[in-house]
Amino acid sequence: MADTLASLRRYMVIPPIWLFLLACVAFFSVLTDDFLAPGNFTNILIQTSTIGIIALGMTVVMINGNIDLSVGAVVALAASLSVGLQDQLGTLPAVVVGLGSGVALGLLNGMIVWKTGVDAFIVTLGAMIGVRGLVFIYTGEQSFFAMDFAYSDFGMSTIAGLPTLAAIFLVFAAIMHWVMTATVHGRNAYAVGGNREAAEHAGVRVGRHMVINFMLVGFCAALAGVTLSTQMGASTPNLGRDYELWTITAVVLGGTKLAGGAGSILGTLGGVLTIGVLRNGMNLMQVPAFYVLVVMGVILIAVLFIDARVNRRGAGELRL
Amino acid sequence: MTKLDIQSGQAAPRLGVPDRDALRETLQKQGILIAFALFLVGFSLMSDRFASWDNVSTVFRQVSIIGTMALGVTVVVITGNLDLSVGSLLSFATVLVVDLHDQIGPAPAILVMFAATLLIGCVNGLLVGYGRLNSLIVTLGMLSAIQGLTLIYSGGQNVDIADQEGTWFAVFGRGFLLGLAVPTLIFLGLAVAFHVMLTRTSFGRRVFAVGGNPTASAFSGVRRARVVFSAYVLSAFTTACAAVILGSRVMGSQNNVGQGYELLVLSGVILGGASLLGGSGSIPKTVIGVLILGFIQNGLLLMGYPYYAQWLVTWVVIILAVWLDVASKRGAFFTRTS
Repeated sequence: MADTLASLRRYMVIPPIWLFLLACVAFFSVLTDDFLAPGNFTNILIQTSTIGIIALGMTVVMINGNIDLSVGAVVALAASLSVGLQDQLGTLPAVVVGLGSGVALGLLNGMIVWKTGVDAFIVTLGAMIGVRGLVFIYTGEQSFFAMDFAYSDFGMSTIAGLPTLAAIFLVFAAIMHWVMTATVHGRNAYAVGGNREAAEHAGVRVGRHMVINFMLVGFCAALAGVTLSTQMGASTPNLGRDYELWTITAVVLGGTKLAGGAGSILGTLGGVLTIGVLRNGMNLMQVPAFYVLVVMGVILIAVLFIDARVNRRGAGELRL
Repeated sequence: MTKLDIQSGQAAPRLGVPDRDALRETLQKQGILIAFALFLVGFSLMSDRFASWDNVSTVFRQVSIIGTMALGVTVVVITGNLDLSVGSLLSFATVLVVDLHDQIGPAPAILVMFAATLLIGCVNGLLVGYGRLNSLIVTLGMLSAIQGLTLIYSGGQNVDIADQEGTWFAVFGRGFLLGLAVPTLIFLGLAVAFHVMLTRTSFGRRVFAVGGNPTASAFSGVRRARVVFSAYVLSAFTTACAAVILGSRVMGSQNNVGQGYELLVLSGVILGGASLLGGSGSIPKTVIGVLILGFIQNGLLLMGYPYYAQWLVTWVVIILAVWLDVASKRGAFFTRTS
């Protein structure tokens, strides 16, 4: 019985960001009339789905103790390819090429991190600059418009009352939650991030494991690029700029540690929704968009501050 | 396990292959310099305009803004921290100094801008130094917050200076002294000052100590919080200097003028061989790192490649540079992880 309870608590424990999210929802429900309207929630889900999809992959990479700064550039690359190649290849193959570009770039990033031992921060920082250059060269600094209306219709479509893009995000989140809590790969992710050497000695093929995760986050970023361009029916070479920073913000808000070894998909979902609710609620309160940036920055630092005070590890640590 | 050399703290060279070890050591210590020299020779062979005095001085002038910012960021990186807020901070400072120029005059504008920018540097320093919070996330939050502040201040409008010819403020970005551009002089002057500070003062030694071995430095009586705090203030200071150059050169500013600079600056610092783990890095190498970025851009443009080709080359160069560094310390090109 106690064991069952313990394991229940282990899996059902609610990441603290959800409490904050609830507080935000309550706050905006009281202060604005429109926040609780049913249409608004699906709105928030659509708005957050782009960052949200990337954040799912980023969570796994960050639990590994790595990071991927190139996701914003991959969003632009995948969007440009899947819109720009529609004329030559047809829509579906173009989308496949777009998604494939993300996976391929993830493979490249992962292989470099694995084989050279260069820090993922530096590898993906380089990729972020380089891939953005590729996008500009490929597009000739032009925006592309999707001539196939089915493409932009997809972005507006609904499944069983839920917008398709929101559904994709939620289903993907459910799958990733399952992967991280119930599969060997998920367990290995925590092991590699928690203590890499120990994981290596325990027989985890750390290099291959990390490459898979980089391919996963590359796929997520490419998928986000595709969904974003279906929303607009177009792609621009500047698409996804600063997305790496927003994604990391969402993941960190969700309780994932930069050092690796800790974090969860549930937490990331909470972090993503928190950003969405804050932006949406402040919009409804007619707070100028400029203030939202300040509030987001302050909240990120505040969450970090509270987390450090509550979960201070090694209280005997030397303090000066 | 690799054996550690007690004096240098680096992996002890294997015995029996003296030539390779000497080569490796040279590569490790001067790799960036050799790469730089190869670059220059290669570009000069491929373009006859490349090696001209005009061109070289142009490159120096072009990199002066990123280079100036990189000096402060180098200090932060040596303490083992990151500063991602410098790009936003550059936007903020430039908008502030340009906007105030017409309202209260150049000198007061510069003073107010420096005060405000250093204040933000203090906030960074308090949070990371005294608050012991993760520097990446703190400065990421500050990046967003400062962006918001800039927009709130300007109301989203671009700002510019009305009398662009008559003001002495123009000297910082457009002036020449003894045949050298003033931005170059500011950049190199500050570089010398920072180099002296890092290598000849006790503050410099404490910066390296805090980044290299926090525990040992703490037991030796170095106050980590104070050193890290100062590093962030220095980073804000160099960003403010860069803002003066930028504002004066453009005589106006957009709200997002510094967007993305944080990572360009960091690339320059990393190319110079500073480790993100802290404890290593040097001002002359950062200057070379920044110059490599500048010369890549310049050389490729002279050879007629599209503008964005430089970003592709930067990608390759950053990874190669750090790989060589890591590989020489490891004594093998590839990791043995399975």
